[in-house]
Amino acid sequence: MRVAVLGATRGMGREVARRLAERGDTLVVLARDAGAGEAMATDLRIRGARDTAFVPCDLADPTTFAPALDAATAFLHQLDAVVVTAGLFGTQEQLEDDLDLCARVLDVDFTKTILFCEHARTRLLERGGGTLVVFSSVAGDRGRKTTGLYGATKAGLSHYLESLDHKFRSAGLVTITVKPGFIRTGMTAGLKEAPFAADADDVAPLVVKAMDRAAPVVYTPRIWQLVMLVIRYLPRFVMRRVGF
Amino acid sequence: MNSKTSDPTVPLAPHERLRGWGGMSAPGREIRSEDLRAVTEGAVLSRGLGRSYGDASLPPPGVTEVVGTSLADRMLAFDPATGVLRAEAGLSLAALARAFLPQGWFTPVSTGTWFVTLGGMVASDVHGKNHHVAGTIGRHLRSLVVRLPSGEIVTCSRDQHPELFFACQGGMGLFGHILEVELALEKIPSPWVWQESYQCPDLDSLLDTLEASASWPMTACWIDTLATGGSFGRGLAMRGRWAERREAPPRMPAPGLSPTVPFDAPSWTLNDLSMKAFNFVWYHKQLREAAIGPVTPHAWFTPLDAVKHWSRAYGKRGFTQHQAVIPREAGRDKVRGFLEILSRRGGTGFLCVVKDCGPQGEGLLSFPRPGTSVALDLPVNDGIQDLIDELNRYVIDVGGRIYLTKDGYTRREHFEAMEAERLPAFHAARDRWDPERRLRSAMSVRLFGDPVGPATTTGAGR
Ligand SMILES: Cc1cc2nc3c(=O)[nH]c(=O)nc-3n(C[C@H](O)[C@H](O)[C@H](O)COP(=O)(O)OP(=O)(O)OC[C@H]3O[C@@H](n4cnc5c(N)ncnc54)[C@H](O)[C@@H]3O)c2cc1C
Ligand SMILES: NC(=O)c1ccc[n+]([C@@H]2O[C@H](COP(=O)([O-])OP(=O)(O)OC[C@H]3O[C@@H](n4cnc5c(N)ncnc54)[C@H](OP(=O)(O)O)[C@@H]3O)[C@@H](O)[C@H]2O)c1
Repeated sequence: MRVAVLGATRGMGREVARRLAERGDTLVVLARDAGAGEAMATDLRIRGARDTAFVPCDLADPTTFAPALDAATAFLHQLDAVVVTAGLFGTQEQLEDDLDLCARVLDVDFTKTILFCEHARTRLLERGGGTLVVFSSVAGDRGRKTTGLYGATKAGLSHYLESLDHKFRSAGLVTITVKPGFIRTGMTAGLKEAPFAADADDVAPLVVKAMDRAAPVVYTPRIWQLVMLVIRYLPRFVMRRVGF
Repeated sequence: MNSKTSDPTVPLAPHERLRGWGGMSAPGREIRSEDLRAVTEGAVLSRGLGRSYGDASLPPPGVTEVVGTSLADRMLAFDPATGVLRAEAGLSLAALARAFLPQGWFTPVSTGTWFVTLGGMVASDVHGKNHHVAGTIGRHLRSLVVRLPSGEIVTCSRDQHPELFFACQGGMGLFGHILEVELALEKIPSPWVWQESYQCPDLDSLLDTLEASASWPMTACWIDTLATGGSFGRGLAMRGRWAERREAPPRMPAPGLSPTVPFDAPSWTLNDLSMKAFNFVWYHKQLREAAIGPVTPHAWFTPLDAVKHWSRAYGKRGFTQHQAVIPREAGRDKVRGFLEILSRRGGTGFLCVVKDCGPQGEGLLSFPRPGTSVALDLPVNDGIQDLIDELNRYVIDVGGRIYLTKDGYTRREHFEAMEAERLPAFHAARDRWDPERRLRSAMSVRLFGDPVGPATTTGAGR
């Protein structure tokens, strides 16, 4: 496959890109920092990618989206899939206390991510379809005390991604929504671990498998699918009482 | 961008404890980041995947934060002509194996688990089943990038700051935070291992088989610690080499299932009865007397990795390991005597691995030396300190030494007696690179008398 990944410089994006590299895929690292982007392209090449390149792209700056995806397509000759793991995080307290940070998280994780997906979607559809993989979160499945603001962006994002999948699947575009639980990446460093905490290494194989099978929704680790099934149907008065 | 979010002034919550692999724990939290240069600044200790058994990767009392390196795991350069790989210190052997076995390369020294980092391998100067021919990992290192206790970042190698280069090998994290490791990989003919494994009915036949296999690149024995009388010391002698392509199955070897032990098992799960059963099954798992043929490298190097977090099966009190080398010149009877201590005490050993060691490594406190290494997994119970003391007195008597990365219970005076010859150079090197003892661990407090509490800028000394 020929894949462009936004977010491969760290965390889960790094591991997904590596799994693809190990099976010999051709990869473009879309990243805002040239040093980190180039280093990651090298890492992926050593691990077995057929070829790799770094292309600048800043999720906070939509003027970079079109040139980045055009350059990626030119390098790959053909764009088969786009993976988006880039995102920002803040705890509920941090976001409540700092409205500037809150505005940035809401903007990047929701508006900018969707704009980027729109650019990716049109390019994939132009060539007759492909796969768009975007990282949302279990935090978007239900309004919770502890992740209300960040979770709201993910709720909106999941909603958008589901609609894409309904609308364009028949045109050949597969949209995959990934919903991780608590994953031990830099994003969660220093936070108290939630139940079923896992590593990026545990998430990546599930995402690659979903890409191969065109599965529309992936919970990682898998247990979250069951947990969220229950949580989604919990009555409000129960949700209000539990600290979850 | 640095994702460091913690702050040493924030007091630890009760749940924030760091664990060694055997279950020994201390209050503390890990600061993890992809950016090791940023997080190691001012840090007291780095740890990798926490596979050292005791307190080597735990902070000294009064220190709350330790760097966790496992997110810093990029491969930075690889030369397919020479096999030299440069990578960040948090790269795990599991990831290295996944990427390189299909490309015909492998680490020149493999530990019995692949959930270790390059930094942790260097800091313990690890050895594998090929020690008698390949030496420790130190022999295969080209260079290290290290953040010194002073804060400065330097590259060291055989030519550049060689004293530092050798001090870091087996230095247990006390000479600097290792940021990058440059290592020569080994070219392999296939990703499969040709194994020959023999049931040996007693200790003599086991050690004979081990000696007779010395020309093989990889050897090790497993001993059934519960067999007594005429069968005392019976076990399996295993020898192996990388399989030639024509001997190997025509596919990539896959690891077995990876079920996980999700929480600490109740402590009755590993009682004497279940240990008897385990040892019996392992000994008889080969119904024929010899098992010969290709096996996966996972089965050969890391049979226990198939069950993630297997250490939890030992229950809440956990376990420890005692690994000692009995010098060759002490003779085979001393190996027997060492094992007899265990059986006299009711045979609480669960896993016992024996391996012949080659020449000593170049690290200041590198573990292996010519002789027989015996590694015993021991459940922690009220008698553990007495047992370790008795084993250590024996090791002192025969002129042997213990492996620090497995240790959590050895007394300072015992360690000093074993290492009387090498410790002066080790302390002198620390005086030179870290006179204020800015880098410390719970182990260095226990064994070297390092000060407790946060780092000070005035010389704390010893
Ligand atoms: C099942 C099992 C089998 C094993 N088999 C073998 C074997 O066959 N041969 C063998 O030699 N060992 C073996 N070991 C021991 C293991 O290889 C060592 O304990 C190794 O150091 C663990 O690596 P780690 O990354 O988990 O390090 P940790 O346990 O996290 O740390 C170990 C030490 O290394 C230091 N350290 C870690 N990273 C750095 C860094 N970046 N810079 C400076 N210091 C650092 C720490 O401070 C600590 O002192 C085995 C352990 C297990 C659990
Ligand atoms: N970790 C969890 O527990 C968890 C749980 C549920 C959902 N998620 C979601 O999963 C995704 C990945 O999380 P993670 O834990 O892997 O995060 P991470 O380790 O923090 O990595 C985030 C990645 O996003 C990139 N990025 C951030 N802002 C960017 C920007 N403006 N432009 C370009 N790239 C940018 C980062 O690049 P730089 O290197 O340049 O910073 C980095 O590669 C996120 O969407 C997150 O919300 C995470």
